[in-house]
Amino acid sequence: MSELLDLAGLRVTLPTAEGPLEAVRGVDLRVERGETLCLVGESGCGKSMTALSLLGLLPPKARWTAERYSFEGRDILAGQHSSLEALRGAHIGMVFQDPMTALNPTFRIGDQLVAVYRRHRGGDRRTARAQAVELLERVGISSAALRLRQYPHELSGGLRQRVMIAMALLCRPGLLVADEPTTALDVTIQVQILALLKDLQAELGLGVILISHDLGIVSRVADRIAVMYAGHVVETGNAETVLSGPRHPYTRGLLDSVPRPDSIRRGEPLGTIPGTVPSLVEPAAACAFLARCGRAGPECEAAVPPLHSSAEGGDSGGFRCFHPLATAGAR
Amino acid sequence: MTAALSPSPPPLLEARGVEKRYRLSRGLLRGKKTLHALAGVNLAIPKGGVVGLVGESGSGKSTLARLLLGLETPDAGTIAFDGEPLGASDRRSLARRVQPVFQDPFSSLNPAHRIGDIVELPLRVHRLGDAASRAKRVATLLNQVGLPSRAAAAFPRELSGGQRQRAAIARALAISPELLICDEPTSALDVSVQAQILNLLTDLRQETGISMLFISHDLAVVEHMTDSVVILYLGRVVEAGPTDDVFRAPKHPYAQALRSAVLTPDEGKGLPDLNLGAGFPNPLDPPSGCRFHTRCPIAEPRCARDTPMPRYGASRSVECHLAQL
Repeated sequence: MSELLDLAGLRVTLPTAEGPLEAVRGVDLRVERGETLCLVGESGCGKSMTALSLLGLLPPKARWTAERYSFEGRDILAGQHSSLEALRGAHIGMVFQDPMTALNPTFRIGDQLVAVYRRHRGGDRRTARAQAVELLERVGISSAALRLRQYPHELSGGLRQRVMIAMALLCRPGLLVADEPTTALDVTIQVQILALLKDLQAELGLGVILISHDLGIVSRVADRIAVMYAGHVVETGNAETVLSGPRHPYTRGLLDSVPRPDSIRRGEPLGTIPGTVPSLVEPAAACAFLARCGRAGPECEAAVPPLHSSAEGGDSGGFRCFHPLATAGAR
Repeated sequence: MTAALSPSPPPLLEARGVEKRYRLSRGLLRGKKTLHALAGVNLAIPKGGVVGLVGESGSGKSTLARLLLGLETPDAGTIAFDGEPLGASDRRSLARRVQPVFQDPFSSLNPAHRIGDIVELPLRVHRLGDAASRAKRVATLLNQVGLPSRAAAAFPRELSGGQRQRAAIARALAISPELLICDEPTSALDVSVQAQILNLLTDLRQETGISMLFISHDLAVVEHMTDSVVILYLGRVVEAGPTDDVFRAPKHPYAQALRSAVLTPDEGKGLPDLNLGAGFPNPLDPPSGCRFHTRCPIAEPRCARDTPMPRYGASRSVECHLAQL
C-alpha cells in the first residue's frame, strides 16, 4: 500500500457568541490506497469538521490550521486554498448523508453529472455523458441512459445515494470521503450501499474515509478506526484490535451502549455514559472525558493526555488516556 | 381465533383488517392515484405488553401509528381500545389513554414554552387537578424521567437532545395513559444517549406496567425492547409473532433479510449478503401478487400473480406462499 493522505495537527475553530469554539484540537490522520479509515464519534465530536477541512468545505467563518497536509505526496498547505479546490472532486470525492440536499433538485441527473465531469476534466458533452452512463451502471443503476433524464426527486433514497456515489467517483479520485452515507437509508438498502462502496474500493484501489456514529457499520467495513471525542482522536488503531479490546474508557462506553441481539438479554439495562460532552469554548487543560469517566485520577485533571502508542493497535495505534483499560489478552 | 375460545383477556388495543388509502394528485393532467398505505393489518397490544412495529420507509408504520392515536380513521377494518371501537369515543377521551412519543424532540416541544409548562399542558387540557397539585405532578414526572427539578424553568433549546426526549416522555406520561405509541423515539439521538432513553422506557414499563407500541427501523433496538413484533412491507404485515421466535428464526424472506441486515459491532464479520433485488418498488405502484416478489430471492411465478394470505403457525403469522411454517 502507498500513502494517499497524510494530515497532522489539524485544528478547526468556529466563532460563536460565547467565544471561539475549538471543534478540532489537533487531529492526525493517515490513509493509504485501498484502505478504509472510519472516523467514529457522537454529535459534536469534530468528525464532520475534520472531513470538511480535508475538502476545503468548512463554513465561511471557520478557521483551520494544520502542521502537515499532503495528498499523493503533494504538499497541499503550500498552496492552501487553490490546491484544495483542485483536490476536491477531482482527487477527493465526497458523499454526504442526505443526497437530496447534495443534488440540485432543479437539474436533471445527467446534466449534473456532465457538469461535474467537464469542470474537472474538460472535454465535450458526449465524452462526459458516456462517462456518466458508465459510472451509473457501475454503481448498479439499471437503464442508466433513462436515469440521466430524471430529476433527483424522481428517484428513491437508495438510488439517489447511488447517483451521489457515481458523481463522487466520476473523475476517478484516489480518496472518497463519505459522511454518514447510509444514515438516511433503510437497513436493507444500507447494507447494499456499503457493499457497493467496498466493491468499488477494491476495484479502483480507493482510499476511503467513512464517518459514522454507528459502530455496527464501522465494525463491518473499517480497516482502521479513529474514535473522536471533544475534538481529539482519543483512540486509534487496527479496527479489530480497537473494537475487541478498547483501551480508552469512552470507546468501551460506546460499545457497551449498543443493543446486541445475541449478548444482552431483553429488559436488562444497556451500558450508558453518564454526563455530557464538555464545552469546547476555552476547554480546560484536562482530559475532556474526565467528568464522565469512572477511572479518572488527579493526573487526568492536570493535563490533556498525550497519545500513547499501543503496540497492539498496529503501527499507528494509540490512545489518549492516563488510565487505559487492560488489553484483551491481559483480561 | 374467535374470542369465545380464547381464555386470555382482550388486548388493550386491537386492530383487525385495517386498511388505509390516500387519493394522491399526481399533477394537473395525470389525474389521481390511490396509495394503499395499509391493507389487511392485524395487530394486538396486550395489557402491559410492548409490541414492536418494524418496516422501512413507505411501509406504512407511521400511518398505522396515526390511526392508533385516533388522528385518522381507517377506510376498512376496526380498531378497538379495551374492547371498545375507536370511533365510539371522542378524541379527547382516547387521548387520555393513548399518548405519543415522537422521533424528534427538537420539533415536538414548543420552543417558546418552558419545560414545566410543556409537561403540565396535558393536565390543563384534560382539566386535571388544581395549580398546586399540577405543579407537584410535574415535579414528580421530571424526577421520574431523570430530569433535575430546575429543568422545569428551562426552555427546550437549553436542554440536550436526550434531555429533550426525557421531557417529551414526561409530557406523554403526565395524564397516566395506558399506552405509549413511541415512533422512532431514539433515532435522532447519539448511541450513548439512546441507551439512556431505552433504559428509561424499560424502567417505566417495570414500574408502571404501561403498554407500548415501539416503532423503529432499528431491529437491534426492537429486539431489545419488545415482547412481540409486527413486520410491515409496503402496507402489509408480512410476519408477526413473539420477538424471540421471529428474530431467532424469521420465516418470511423479507424478515430474514431484515434480520441479516442488523449490523452489530462484530469485528471481522464483514457485510452480510442479503441476496435481495436492489430496486425498492414505488408504493404508489406496488408490485402485483406478493408485494415483495420483485426483491425476493426465492420468488416463483405464482408470487407475481397471487397475493398471499396470512398463514398461521404455532405462534406467528406469515404472509408468504413459500415459507415453511
